Amino acid sequence: MGLITGMFWLAVAIVLGLAAGWIFRVAVVAASPRPIARELRTAPLTASFGMLVILIYIVVAVFAPLVAPFPETEVVGTEYQPWDDVHVLGTDNLGRDMLSRLIFAARNTVGIAFITTALAFILGVMTGLLAASVGGWVDQVLSRAVDVLMAIPALIFALLLLTIVGTSIVNMILVIALIDSTRVFRLARAVAMNIVVMDYVEAARLRGEGLLRLNIREILPNAMAPLVAEFGLRFCFVFLMISALSFLGLGIQPPTADWGSMVKDNATLISFGDITPLLPAGAIALLTVCVNFVVDWQLHRASGLKE
Amino acid sequence: MSHIANMILKRIALGILTLFVVSLIIFLATELLPGNFAQEILGQSATPETVAALRRQLGLDQPMHVRYAGWLMDVLRGDFGESLANGMAVSDLIGRRLGNTLYLALYAAAIAVPLSLALGILAALFRNSFFDRFANASALTSISFPEFFVAYILIFLLAGAGGAFPSMANFRGDPSFGEYLYRAFLPAFTLTLVVTAHMMRMTRAAIINLLASPYIEMAQLKGMNPMRVIVKHALPNALAPIINVIALNLAYLITGVVVVEVVFVYPGLGQLMVDSVAARDMPVVQGVALVFAAAYVFLNLAADVLATLSNPRLVHGR
Amino acid sequence: MLDANDILLSMKGLHIEGRTDEEWIEIVKGVDLELSKGEVLGLIGESGAGKSTIGLAAMGFARDGCRISGGEITFDGINMRTASEATKRGLRGRRIAYVAQSAAASFNPAHKLIDQYSEGPVKHGVMSREEAESDATDLYRRMQLPDPDSIGFRYPHQVSGGQLQRAMTAMAMACRPDLIIFDEPTTALDVTTQIEVLAAIRDIVEQFDTAALYITHDLAVVAQMADRIKVLLKGEEVEESDTRSMLASPTQDYTKSLWAVRTHARPEQPPVIEGKPVLSVRNVTAGYGAVDVLKDVSFDIHPRRTVAVVGESGSGKSTTARVITGLLPPRRGEVLFNGEALPPDFRRRTRDQLRQAQMIYQMADTALNPKLKIRELVGRPAQMYLGLRGKALEERIRELLSLIEMEPGDYIDRLPSELSGGQKQRIGIARALAAEPQFIICDEVTSALDQLVAEGILKLLDRLQGEFDLAYMFITHDLATVKAIADEVVVMKDGVVVEMGPKSEMFQPPHDPYTELLLSSVPEMDPDWLTGLLEARATAADN
Repeated sequence: MGLITGMFWLAVAIVLGLAAGWIFRVAVVAASPRPIARELRTAPLTASFGMLVILIYIVVAVFAPLVAPFPETEVVGTEYQPWDDVHVLGTDNLGRDMLSRLIFAARNTVGIAFITTALAFILGVMTGLLAASVGGWVDQVLSRAVDVLMAIPALIFALLLLTIVGTSIVNMILVIALIDSTRVFRLARAVAMNIVVMDYVEAARLRGEGLLRLNIREILPNAMAPLVAEFGLRFCFVFLMISALSFLGLGIQPPTADWGSMVKDNATLISFGDITPLLPAGAIALLTVCVNFVVDWQLHRASGLKE
Repeated sequence: MSHIANMILKRIALGILTLFVVSLIIFLATELLPGNFAQEILGQSATPETVAALRRQLGLDQPMHVRYAGWLMDVLRGDFGESLANGMAVSDLIGRRLGNTLYLALYAAAIAVPLSLALGILAALFRNSFFDRFANASALTSISFPEFFVAYILIFLLAGAGGAFPSMANFRGDPSFGEYLYRAFLPAFTLTLVVTAHMMRMTRAAIINLLASPYIEMAQLKGMNPMRVIVKHALPNALAPIINVIALNLAYLITGVVVVEVVFVYPGLGQLMVDSVAARDMPVVQGVALVFAAAYVFLNLAADVLATLSNPRLVHGR
Repeated sequence: MLDANDILLSMKGLHIEGRTDEEWIEIVKGVDLELSKGEVLGLIGESGAGKSTIGLAAMGFARDGCRISGGEITFDGINMRTASEATKRGLRGRRIAYVAQSAAASFNPAHKLIDQYSEGPVKHGVMSREEAESDATDLYRRMQLPDPDSIGFRYPHQVSGGQLQRAMTAMAMACRPDLIIFDEPTTALDVTTQIEVLAAIRDIVEQFDTAALYITHDLAVVAQMADRIKVLLKGEEVEESDTRSMLASPTQDYTKSLWAVRTHARPEQPPVIEGKPVLSVRNVTAGYGAVDVLKDVSFDIHPRRTVAVVGESGSGKSTTARVITGLLPPRRGEVLFNGEALPPDFRRRTRDQLRQAQMIYQMADTALNPKLKIRELVGRPAQMYLGLRGKALEERIRELLSLIEMEPGDYIDRLPSELSGGQKQRIGIARALAAEPQFIICDEVTSALDQLVAEGILKLLDRLQGEFDLAYMFITHDLATVKAIADEVVVMKDGVVVEMGPKSEMFQPPHDPYTELLLSSVPEMDPDWLTGLLEARATAADN
């Protein structure tokens, strides 16, 4: 395929994507109650497209067994069958249906990434707020510990820890959540630090409010906006890291369908000019792009409202 | 002046301390092993004798602090122990591949850093223009791509049948410099694409952040042209965040090579690390992790020192 | 009077719009303005009057999110609305210069003063670099900056605020422009520093016969600087006339009300003969790190009385408040409440001790949690300290809102962002009252507000004091506020109490020299005040 035709189809895809985003936005705005509709109307087309795609991913993940034509792990054909009417996207290196595995992988990969990010957030936000609101030696100890943990590159640290605990899904979730929570801690602490110096927090302290109420009523509500945006970014990061580990054969283990390992298993086809192995990689890329589009819009809005 | 020298010395001391603690963590990693590591590694073939032999080889029969002191001394002398898989000296394994990895990282950095700075400045200058939006959307997209996706797309487009570049990085026969650049082009280009986007976005953001400052308005009201306002008035004040993001990405280049090396079968440290993790070859994993961590700590240290030096408030005291 | 040939700048029917969320809102609504060569026109108004926006429009400049939507702007025959960017750039800095409110923020921290001075003349091709440097030294000398030969080679952070403001005026003068826009150039300065800067600006403008737009919210300041005054309100002109007649006989009600604020003063209460003070600060020494910010500070505050603590920035007045509230435990000394020593750290104080002393903050914006509704903001102290729940709490909140003259039904479910600045400050007061305290610290509570709004707050505080027998400690740098509300005054400088006593004595000589300097530096509504003061000080120095 020539570069020119490639560019042409890329342009067509972009236009179609933006058009879909536009239709989606119109539909959702019409269907939502007023305050939400008003916010959604400010969404750029990229963000609308992003929301649409994220929605589709969620639907596919939830209803995977209903949507997929074949079971997840069953060998239903010969190896590397080309695209045809039965196996729309052909079969993989063991003769499993490619499309079905793609669909089931949405559930596995996205679900695992979401759980991991949520764990990282619970841990990181709690410790971050604690460090900022208590200060003193608690802050010193937590911050120094996080500094050291962050001095080891994330992927390398994950590889090191996985060597020790062995590769399994639960281990991977825990290891990545731990590593990622250090990044969440940094941000949560920085955001909370800016809030803690506000007069209203001082007023609450002087009123005699306890630590729990101080964090839940005074600090957390004001930290929500950047934290929500950060959740999107961290999700992308975790998602890419899990995919990378799976790609390296150290993440989600076979026979569980997963986009990263699907690329790895079928990579040989690429040299023969078959794009099938690029599809799972593309599925990863598309979701990350879409989450980023939505996060970008939210960040832009948050910074725009400050002025 | 002594004040700033003091600050920098403190930062360097902190860097060394961090490295020390990191080495401790990496060492302790083996201590935190659940159950009997030696037995687990040997698996089926574990007999009491082989387990004992392996424990001795790993030094597990001595108290922890003694082992750590010994291990650290060895590491400082350049001795990382022996590979469990093939009995080769870890330092030899690393030494052979470190050069390759550094080459690749430098190759990518040499393209990515100037390119992303230029693009970032241009995007800030023509902010909200079509160019800016396009650059931003493409940057966002390429940040979102997994490295292996970028790599395979490049292989698909530029290598393979009738492609111009080799999809496997093959360095047999001691290639010349030009030949090297050609053979390592695809991995280097993949890395460039991955890091350029991030650096460009951060450069743009760092500059645009400053554009609302009163001193930028002042420069405009003095009749300075937009290019001068950005380059002369905004850029010097945006240096600290830009330096930081460059360091971060260089560090990423060194570690992000892991995936790219695997895709292109490039004989570097990343490839070694992945193989060793799969084989649970602990001494090699420890050695490589330590090298990566040291590079990372050093880059962060360098960035902090440079950022400090770029701040006139710190360089010129009151 | 106004000769057509002499007119340097004219604006006709100027409209400027600003963008909020999704729509454009008019912030300047058809203002006309004329300025002759060498003339100084004062633009005066409260925040939101559009004065800075008009000043920038004179340079053909609109900030991000603003646009000039209608009218004419002509500078020396050049139509600034149709002129190309290149033409406007050629004028900016060379023929029209700008002096910003905060010099500390408007000098680029990365370059030396003299580099920033030379940039304009060199880039505009007026002078060579060497000429510009020697010229800079000359102007620094005229602006009476210390070490004029070397001060240019410093970075902005190495120079004090008042000096930076003069250096910025010198920089504006670099190309000897025909017009300078002064945008609140002394607002961020202490009163004693303000005098020097005002004098320097006035001198240099006279020396080079430069025309100027002088933008400020302070009438007394503009009276010293301007030949004519134009009063603005919400983007529209209220009236304009020459300075003396404007001061002597303003015609519009709004202008008169601005004048009136300055003359309000509440009668001082009779001095305390005996009785126990609510609060005593006893020999307090406190500070951060190795530095003592407060040195042996002592004073008493009696029930139902207002003690104003006055001083310039760095005098230690806010630190005193931090010691009293227990945020900063003192190194030595103690704070007594009704004769009993309070634990130095607020965390050791009982709930009742915390309740008895409340605080109202300077910036109502940051003092109210933006995510909580008025109901919770005001209700929380009542719930916490007095154990009110359900209906009783609801009623108490409504009662408090009525007390601060806000209709409970309208406001109880609003967020702070849905209130004006003055209303936010009132909520701050209601929150303090909700605890039913004996003593309230008011930390610069009116300094972020416009005069008329500030006036309302002062009157409200005054009324509440009578109703609830409150004692106030009023921290301020503004002597007009002191006159309006204080019974007693404590003057602080560099962490030391310089002088204290009843207000009537304070404003009568003899004074401590610093009090004298402070009092005499407050601008008065007399156009000859600055000239007179400078002469008086010069004579005093000669003797």
